[in-house]
Amino acid sequence: MQFMLLFSRQGKLRLQKWYVPLSDKEKKKITRELVQTVLARKPKMCSFLEWRDLKIVYKRYASLYFCCAIEDQDNELITLEIIHRYVELLDKYFGSVCELDIIFNFEKAYFILDEFLLGGEAQETSKKNVLKAIEQADLLQEVSTEVYYHHCKATAIGVHHRVFGLSL
Amino acid sequence: MALKIVKGSIDRMFDKNLQDLVRGIRNHKEDEAKYISTCIDEIKQELKQDNIAVKANAVCKLTYLQMLGYDVSWAAFNIVEVMSSSKFTYKRIGYLAASQCFHEGTDVIMLTTNQIRKDLSSPHQYDTGVALTGLSCFVTPDLARDLANDIMTLMSHTKPYIRKKAVLIMYKVFLKYPESLRPAFPRLKEKLEDPDPGVQSAAVNVICELARRNPKNYLSLAPLFFKLMTSSTNNWVLIKIIKLFGALTPLEPRLGKKLIEPLTNLIHSTSAMSLLYECVNTVIAVLISLSSGMPNHSASIQLCVQKLRILIEDSDQNLKYLGLLAMSKILKTHPKSVQSHKDLILQCLDDKDESIRLRALDLLYGMVSKKNLMEIVKKLMLHVDKAEGTTYRDELLTKIIDICSQSNYQYITNFEWYISILVELTRLEGTRHGHLIASQMLDVAIRVKAIRGFAVAQMATLLDNAHLLTGNTQRNGICEVLYAAAWICGEFSEHLEDPMQTLEAMLRPKVATLPGHIQAVYVQNAAKLFATVLRKHEGETDSHAAQETSQLLIDRLPLFVQSANLEVQERASCILQLVKYIQKLQQKKVEVAEEVTALFAGELNPVAPKAQKKVPVPEGLDLDAWINKPPSESESEDEKPKAVFAKEEPKHSRSRHTEVDEKELARRREARKREQANNPFYIKASPSSQKVYDAPGVEHIPVVQIDLSVPLKVPGMPMSDQYLKLEEERRQKEKAERKKEKKKKREKRGKERKADSGPESEEDIAPAHQVDIVTEEMPENALPSDDDDKDPNDPHKALDIDLDKPLADSEKLPVRTHRPEVLKSPAEDRVNESIPQETKKRSGKEKKEKKKGKEKDRKRSKEEKKKKKHKEVEEELLESHPEEAVQSEETKEAATPPTSTSAEASELDFWLCSAPVPPAAQEETAPSSAAAVDTSSAAAPESEPDEPKDAEPEDTKSSKHKKKKQKKEKEEKEKKKKKRHHHHHHHSNAGGEDSVQNGTVEEEEPLPPMSNYFLLAENSYIKMVYDIQGNHQDESKVVVSVIFENKSDSFLKSMEFNVLDSLNSKLQRPEGAGAHDSLTVPFQLPPGISNEAHFVFSVQSIVMPQKLKGTLTFIVKSDESSTHEKLDFKLHFTCTSYLITTPCYL
Repeated sequence: MQFMLLFSRQGKLRLQKWYVPLSDKEKKKITRELVQTVLARKPKMCSFLEWRDLKIVYKRYASLYFCCAIEDQDNELITLEIIHRYVELLDKYFGSVCELDIIFNFEKAYFILDEFLLGGEAQETSKKNVLKAIEQADLLQEVSTEVYYHHCKATAIGVHHRVFGLSL
Repeated sequence: MALKIVKGSIDRMFDKNLQDLVRGIRNHKEDEAKYISTCIDEIKQELKQDNIAVKANAVCKLTYLQMLGYDVSWAAFNIVEVMSSSKFTYKRIGYLAASQCFHEGTDVIMLTTNQIRKDLSSPHQYDTGVALTGLSCFVTPDLARDLANDIMTLMSHTKPYIRKKAVLIMYKVFLKYPESLRPAFPRLKEKLEDPDPGVQSAAVNVICELARRNPKNYLSLAPLFFKLMTSSTNNWVLIKIIKLFGALTPLEPRLGKKLIEPLTNLIHSTSAMSLLYECVNTVIAVLISLSSGMPNHSASIQLCVQKLRILIEDSDQNLKYLGLLAMSKILKTHPKSVQSHKDLILQCLDDKDESIRLRALDLLYGMVSKKNLMEIVKKLMLHVDKAEGTTYRDELLTKIIDICSQSNYQYITNFEWYISILVELTRLEGTRHGHLIASQMLDVAIRVKAIRGFAVAQMATLLDNAHLLTGNTQRNGICEVLYAAAWICGEFSEHLEDPMQTLEAMLRPKVATLPGHIQAVYVQNAAKLFATVLRKHEGETDSHAAQETSQLLIDRLPLFVQSANLEVQERASCILQLVKYIQKLQQKKVEVAEEVTALFAGELNPVAPKAQKKVPVPEGLDLDAWINKPPSESESEDEKPKAVFAKEEPKHSRSRHTEVDEKELARRREARKREQANNPFYIKASPSSQKVYDAPGVEHIPVVQIDLSVPLKVPGMPMSDQYLKLEEERRQKEKAERKKEKKKKREKRGKERKADSGPESEEDIAPAHQVDIVTEEMPENALPSDDDDKDPNDPHKALDIDLDKPLADSEKLPVRTHRPEVLKSPAEDRVNESIPQETKKRSGKEKKEKKKGKEKDRKRSKEEKKKKKHKEVEEELLESHPEEAVQSEETKEAATPPTSTSAEASELDFWLCSAPVPPAAQEETAPSSAAAVDTSSAAAPESEPDEPKDAEPEDTKSSKHKKKKQKKEKEEKEKKKKKRHHHHHHHSNAGGEDSVQNGTVEEEEPLPPMSNYFLLAENSYIKMVYDIQGNHQDESKVVVSVIFENKSDSFLKSMEFNVLDSLNSKLQRPEGAGAHDSLTVPFQLPPGISNEAHFVFSVQSIVMPQKLKGTLTFIVKSDESSTHEKLDFKLHFTCTSYLITTPCYL
């Protein structure tokens, strides 16, 4: 996998992870281009598109688009699976995850992703193990952020976005 | 001091944390930029403080801002500070920030080396984990070089959590520092058999990624992966392995044969679509590489196609898309199998999803035949009409042209039809592909002589209706077809019915609005037409018509003489003067036609696009040498415009021209807009009103209708104003037109009658007229093949490294000499051995022993004998002068025994031969397919040196079955025999113990990890060889793999395997089975086939050697009878057989 982007329906980037070295300028250009392309697609369309010499695999969960770029020979379906697995992990970790969770705890979202994927390859296929690793690492961390997290979740501005539809 | 801490925490309370920042940004939607700039100022202040917590908080906020697109590179050093905090909380944030913000150009990265190394060796696994994760994102060549050895050490860490991360990151390290691949590879390979499934899967991942790029270096791992594939149940791992095999099979067709069966089994059994898809893809790759058809391959292809059909029929758009994608791969080699699903694919053309439609289009390309081409194109033309959005329509257009023109117009039976299609395509709104259509028109008209008459007529109509094409500025792209039309009408003007009319059409004032290069062609071809008209009227008593033509030219050409385009101007004025002169002659009643025609005499032949490149430079010609003395710069500039004469040139100068103008224009337009915007009296055009004008679909239709109703005398004009009835109308039109021409062209009439009965029958007949497709000219001996190289910038190219070559000392990874003490695990002890801190003497010797079995170098196998002598000498040398050995790396490399190398090569061969459908066994029954095997293995790249060994098993058999051999094979064998003398068989049946040990010269060699099979028992029907392996997961169990080989000409079935259990060792039987029940072998053996079964034994004590008595019973079924047979055997469990075969490395 070359990179993974999370962005909202409004085209706001929520998370980005690059597994290939690119300059900031290039990253921005790619992001802009892809966000536009993906958002322009109709909901009934398939989740794959060819883009430059890469294949883009994306999936929408509620208001968030998860978008991965893979190489020519890579398996699209397993990439969808990776996306789904990641969403499941987020869901388990945050408990009915919504876009706001990812916005306000974006570093946590990264930590989970990093436990799940490394260098663009799936490193742990067991959900349980990923969550265990995250929880143990969190234990090492000070509690302060946790307090903030609950505080934020309670007082988050506006209505919660719909919880991601997780159909397994 | 205390005060400082208190102050720090108080400060912190007032700081914004990340959540505050996010909330703030959300609350300042209007002036976000302003808000963020104040935040950045705050962050800068926070970073100046000593308190690490404050800094970490600031860095965390920066990471968020970086995602929003703000530049935070200025804080790189602060990120490093936070990374080096001893507290995990902050370290985690620091590494996260680094992984998001750092890239190869970040200069502070080099400062992190030591910090990362410290974290990697931290006693806390999460410190190490976080460092590895971060490193995977920002590793640079320098970091990779410096840390490669540390990471390699971590690959043997006690915690699987670290091991798997270390294994995965190695891939990134290899990419950045390719030199690390060879030293690290043995360890990586070892991890394929790691007890932890996560680590194992990580290793599979990395090796598969490596192998995919440079498959030939990983061929020797095939048996290992095959074993993993048949044993693993993890779909993620399976997918990777199967993908890897897809990359390996093109290099080793025998591997493909072995794979087909397990893969088809998986296809049948799996419920995971991703796995199914991968299997299908690999089966396709295998079948492509096997190209020569074995009988059961059509079954595999059918299976794939069936499964793909299910995918395509699925309601899930994703599966549909992928099904079509995979289908297109099959199409290349097995077009027939796909063609039977034409209905389905045509159906996909109607799909709502554009990407699916595009995939279906790709497939159509290979599905056309002479029979269905017109039908398919008709369907596509309908789609052209319905298509929304120009991209898809343009795609359709190019596809139509691709489909029709493929392999030199192979499928076109009727070029009149094709020309009409092209003409119809010119009606497309705003297409960009005018040029493509034009080049097709030219190509067909030039190369298909028989069609010229029709083409010219069509082009004349096109020229006549040129205003339809040029009327709308949006359709500029399509003007290009006028270029082709004018040229065709001029060049082949003898076919024109009414050249005078066409000439008139070409000289209309409106032409002056066309692009310059088209006008130039118009002018030039007007002259050609003029010549034709003159000749036509020559000899007529009344020269009035001819003079009229001259007058027409004289009247109209001045328009072009004034053209801004140099090319047009020059041609026009030339021709104008010429015509004036001719007019004078005409007035004197001089016959000029012949002389004027002579201006354009001679035939133009098509030249292949690559012809120019392929013309060899004659000897002694130096193209760079000056012919004259180099002129001064100003002179050369003056000369340039004079050279503008080639066809392409005008386009060129035009584009240059506009480029200059465009900037200026844009500037002026901008200025004008500004002015207009400020002018209250200026009425701005609303976009909607413009749309009304631009929606030309409605507008132009009536125009066309009027146009067509009037000039019905023009034959061949396709009625394409209404695309919906496009094809039918075309046919009607043709019919009508032919009725008029009935008398002239009798030949066509027969064809036309058939056309009435429908398009299908029309295609059944032979081409309408004898079509002579002129091939393009090429210089002698030149081939039109392409010789392009791969992309030299591919980072994976550097990883094309022979992994089987023994390691040289120079290749050892750099190690820091004063390394902090790391916790020692047993694995790590081994690691330390591999570090060249030890005496060279020892490593020199041990290396020799341990490398064997893993290292091979095919090239050297020939030189084996010579080297061996060499080696002994060298060995002495090394032992006597250990210090010297350090310097003489090269000698050392030569000294490491190459003998073992062939061991591995033959091991692979053996493995491939003992496949369920081994080539050797096959030979007995099916000599013809064996011949195919033989040739295919000979064709395999770089398997040349192995050939001798390769041939051996076949040869053994051949002595028994000589009668069945084909001559061809024998010849091949004889060639091989010459090379073979120093090897002995690995199939020699009598030898028992040493039989399977590939018989290379080396004795001290360790057992190869794979295919270490011993003879178990043998009779005239069956032969059993076995191998005992310890089990990683469960130490109390061993797995006995038995290969059953059917030696008879009969069918063996109902095989039952039984062993008399001892107290210590028991055969694992399914639940409910009695202690003495036998196990059914899960397969049957056709003659000559072998297959492998695994039996699990539970073992109490591993210090007791055991001999277990056992029996195999089976039924031999021949044509006449079936008999019950049995074979007794003794299974030896030696103590060593319990050892887990983990390869050791130095």
